[in-house]
Amino acid sequence: MILAQLSNFEGPSIDWLPLTPQIILVVAALVILLVTSLSPAKVSDSFSTAVTVGSGVAAGVVAWFVWNDIRDEGPSSTVAGAVGVDGFSIFFTILTLSALVATSLVGHSYIKREQMAAPEFSALLLLTAVGAIVMASANDLIVLFIGLEALSIGLYVMAAMQFRRREAQEAAMKYFVLGAFSSAFFLYGIALVYGATGSTNLVNIAAYFNTIGSRINNLELFYVGMALMLVGLAFKVAAAPFHFWAPDVYQGSPSPVSGYMASAAKAAGFAAMLRIFFVAFSRTSADWTPIVAVLSAITLIVGAVMAITQNDVKRMLAFSSVGHAGYVLVAVQAATSDGTSAALFYLFTYTFMVIGSFAVVSLLGWNDGHDVSRYEGLARRRPLIAVAFTVFLLGQAGVPFTSGFVGKFLVIRSAVDDEIYWLAVLAMVVSVITAFMYLRIISNMWDREVDVADAPRLSVPLTTGFVVVVCAMITVVYGVIPQSLIEFARDAVPVLVAGG
Amino acid sequence: MVDTIVFVICAVICLTGAIGVIAARNPVHSALMLVMTLFGIAVLFIAQEAHFLAAVQVIVYAGAIVVLFLFVIMLLGVDVATDLELGKLRGQKTAAAGFAVVALAVVGYLIVNVDTTRTGVQSQGGVIDNVTPNVDLLAESLFDQYVYAFELTSVLLVVAVIGAVVLSRRHPPLDTDSAEASN
Repeated sequence: MILAQLSNFEGPSIDWLPLTPQIILVVAALVILLVTSLSPAKVSDSFSTAVTVGSGVAAGVVAWFVWNDIRDEGPSSTVAGAVGVDGFSIFFTILTLSALVATSLVGHSYIKREQMAAPEFSALLLLTAVGAIVMASANDLIVLFIGLEALSIGLYVMAAMQFRRREAQEAAMKYFVLGAFSSAFFLYGIALVYGATGSTNLVNIAAYFNTIGSRINNLELFYVGMALMLVGLAFKVAAAPFHFWAPDVYQGSPSPVSGYMASAAKAAGFAAMLRIFFVAFSRTSADWTPIVAVLSAITLIVGAVMAITQNDVKRMLAFSSVGHAGYVLVAVQAATSDGTSAALFYLFTYTFMVIGSFAVVSLLGWNDGHDVSRYEGLARRRPLIAVAFTVFLLGQAGVPFTSGFVGKFLVIRSAVDDEIYWLAVLAMVVSVITAFMYLRIISNMWDREVDVADAPRLSVPLTTGFVVVVCAMITVVYGVIPQSLIEFARDAVPVLVAGG
Repeated sequence: MVDTIVFVICAVICLTGAIGVIAARNPVHSALMLVMTLFGIAVLFIAQEAHFLAAVQVIVYAGAIVVLFLFVIMLLGVDVATDLELGKLRGQKTAAAGFAVVALAVVGYLIVNVDTTRTGVQSQGGVIDNVTPNVDLLAESLFDQYVYAFELTSVLLVVAVIGAVVLSRRHPPLDTDSAEASN
């Protein structure tokens, strides 16, 4: 009877191909859980990792097909305008999948060493990747929020998965409480923006600002909502003054998870920020760019000043990650296409540097912390790992011939083009200050005076070693020939297309 | 006129319940006072002709969630007056009161200046046409405009279930012998 009343109902048309990457990842997560829980014999941990990596690669191949379609037919949107199918979505899909595959491989050996639950780790990794991809491709604030929650809740659990270390419990608790607050801020912001503009769909929000044109008034409700959304996202990307969770959480979480947080989760937060602010709120950019500029200045300073005072390598990397959020914000505040593609380039290259760094950290860290002195003489114990770590650190410092230099160059150029000279100068000064911290770790590693004869043998599992080497190679290759990635980032500037 | 009377009665019920939740010494009484508040809100929803919301309010909140609260309270054996004193942080209450005043001031500002603070746009989702029943409109927007969000919540629930299982599991101590061997 009820169905009969709605017989004229027609669901939205769905273009399945762009949704396939997400579907592959969800199915892979369910397969891992089903097989490992139903199998009578204990399933090897390698199964979970193999399925995760395989599905990540398969999703990447599909994403590449979608990318070709977009280049032929232009961007579109599907499922009643809830999912944006454009270069931006594909860019972040590929970024997230890279982080997923790398983290899964690093996590594989970490889990084995620490005897953690491999199937759950892999499943959470896959589902958080889905959350990140959904955030980047969402054209609707509700969809974006659900993606954000899937990502965040998965990360809270993954931070706590190292049960035998109390720091992990503390980290997870802090992350959960503060993260829940920031999600609430974000959601309240969505509600107020919805109240002001009448829609949660980004296309409709942008259209609303076009219809009112220059006669912008009565927007108090919108401004409050916009500010709350900015707070929520600034928390997720660890921008100061919303960064207080980052050092404790990065330090306490399992190292592969810290790397994943600093790469995929941060990128997803910036993807959401760019899509909402740069595209949907572009008509009000005069209102939000000064706020983001100040935010980026504070983030740069805090990241640099706090990083050089740390002695724990994981905390150093955490504060450096705060600083890197500041650089990306410099590009975001430009609110130009060039700025956006600079931010994309920066996030993509940073992903490999930070995952590689935390992979090295996961090799060295045992139960007694990550003090910088543990890295003394690493170059003579494991030369290849030391070279790779040096590449990552130089890359993060922004030394020429690494991808970090190109990223910083593009970001600072976008600020100069936008004629925000003070921020460009600040970004350059800060990069000099943070270089001290990176060089301190490097000089520790290459110290010739240290006696390494009685140091314990440092075992390097195959999967982790592979990830470290590949990430180092990518960092160098995109530092020497960045052109292909710059073009990809240029084609990936987000656009909004109304649903059919 | 009737609307006003209904509103006043419900508002009194809601506020009494809300004060009761924090004033009652016994956690079970607090939970029951919460039911009172939730029922009052359900009636307010009916007065606004949001019948579906009213039903959900009663079934989900007053039914399921409060029952869950009671289960937890009774299973954990805190159903006697417990020391719920705050005060770990100095100045917590003062700060809370300060923030409450600020929040109320913002809301008050928006209410007083309602003509200049609202943009006056109507919602574009499930537009009310005074003919289609509320529930039908909701169903249509849920399975059309918001179907992707609706389906995605299942992913969110899977994450939550895995998380709950992982976090509540017992953990054997690290088997150092095999850990050394595997390295």
